[in-house]
Amino acid sequence: MTAPPSPDEGLTAAELAAKYGLSVSGARPSLVEYVRQLWDRRHFILAFSRAKLTAQYSQAKLGQLWQVVTPLLNAAVYFFIFGVILEADRGMSREVYIPFLVTGVFVFTFTQSSVMAGVRAISGNLGLVRALHFPRASLPVSFSLQQLQQLLASMIVLVAVTCVFGSYPDLSWLLMVPVLALQFLFNTGLALIMARAGAKTPDLAQLMPFVMRTWMYASGVMYSIPIMLADKPQWIADVLQWNPAAIYMDLMRFALIDGYGSENLPDHVWAAAGGWALLFALGGFVYFWKAEERYGRG
Amino acid sequence: MADTRVPTVIADELHIVYRVNGAKTGKGSATAALSRILKRGEERGVRKVHAVKGVSFVAYRGEAIGLIGSNGSGKSTLLRAIAGLLPAEKGKVFTDGQPSLLGVNAALMNDLTGERNVILGGLAMGMSREEIRERYQEIVDFSGINEKGDFITLPMRTYSSGMAARLRFSIAAAKDHDVLMIDEALATGDRKFQKRSEARIRELRKEAGTVFLVSHNNKSIRDTCDRVLWLERGELRMDGPTDEVIKEYEKFTGK
Repeated sequence: MTAPPSPDEGLTAAELAAKYGLSVSGARPSLVEYVRQLWDRRHFILAFSRAKLTAQYSQAKLGQLWQVVTPLLNAAVYFFIFGVILEADRGMSREVYIPFLVTGVFVFTFTQSSVMAGVRAISGNLGLVRALHFPRASLPVSFSLQQLQQLLASMIVLVAVTCVFGSYPDLSWLLMVPVLALQFLFNTGLALIMARAGAKTPDLAQLMPFVMRTWMYASGVMYSIPIMLADKPQWIADVLQWNPAAIYMDLMRFALIDGYGSENLPDHVWAAAGGWALLFALGGFVYFWKAEERYGRG
Repeated sequence: MADTRVPTVIADELHIVYRVNGAKTGKGSATAALSRILKRGEERGVRKVHAVKGVSFVAYRGEAIGLIGSNGSGKSTLLRAIAGLLPAEKGKVFTDGQPSLLGVNAALMNDLTGERNVILGGLAMGMSREEIRERYQEIVDFSGINEKGDFITLPMRTYSSGMAARLRFSIAAAKDHDVLMIDEALATGDRKFQKRSEARIRELRKEAGTVFLVSHNNKSIRDTCDRVLWLERGELRMDGPTDEVIKEYEKFTGK
């Protein structure tokens, strides 16, 4: 029923589009172009992550104080159960165990919440995806950035706990910066992968808590892997110690706690930390980009 | 009809299908396999809704096109597909530049102050920080939020629904667009604000190359559009000059 203008009569839609330089709406940009678009949206990504963080506690009377209180309560619960009741602190003095546990809980929570936020990054924000244009990777990246800011607030608690138990700031604390940077890269990559998977299969949001809990118990958040698994075959301990969550936790403990020396770290630990970060950040980004034009389908 | 008309939007046999209940399986990827395991016995539960069925048209620069049709006829879906926000099942949409939907509702957060929402909404629409800073006062003044006191520094959840709608419109209308799509955005706020927003839409129309307007209000379609697409059950039923199409539509709806 459309009436094309006379000079263009007989052209197919595609030819007409080509003649006037029209492009396919909603087509996936090239990888380089995609990175550029994402960079253009950096202010949005940052503002969105901060907004989410603020909105999270805005109805509470204590307000933003919960950013610090929540992790503190979390650490207290874990200490009560694993430190006092189950006595999982085998092979460590109390001065080492408590900061060990608190560091583990915080560092693992960082990965855990990035994954959980990643799963819902697209499927939980369909309204936004269907209303506005932006590189969709902005959402998972923004959510892991939100978790990073949450972790930085928790670090206040962590520093306090570490100082109370006798480890004071020294040069090795500077290692926190590269550890956090690498873990952030790793988490973002993982969040991107989970975002694509979760966009296709929203059921993952129900499944992931169990996966994450298994991962947490297997990564030595509340016990030392080499000591607990001393009577098991060596390869089990190796696998557990080399998993990315355990690597980042151990590095953070090594950086912060005086009584936790390099003898607790597996070999080539920095190479592993960097390798996991690069593998997941690059792989996750490309994997997410591959489905860019399909996000938002019901 | 001049021969120099330049097409800005071309829809070619466009089909849009919504899938309710998540993914359709059948591919060999790991996630598909996982979803098969998770959803065993629920395969029948995946329903397809064919919202737009083979719509083709060409829109030209300078046109204001109205989209009419009864509820659920696929008007909003078609707009989203033109904007490239909903992937097409079959067929293609070609556009000149990036068409944008007028609306930022989804990016705003009720727990944040109006002030922060102006910034967040602007960034979400792709404005730069400088642009937002320049236009900030304009947006706030236009919304009229501060006429009754300093409301812009309060969280948006404390606003009345009219105030919130006004602020949302003001943010959305702050940006200039090449191809602009408006989805029944005209009827927000009180009478005074409606007048102001109609004027703003006329202004946006002048700056934009092509305008699409979805509305159930035949009067506002008559006032703003010179061409109308009538959609019914996802199919293009009529496409032509406003008066002809509206007359047929009114006959159809029994007015």
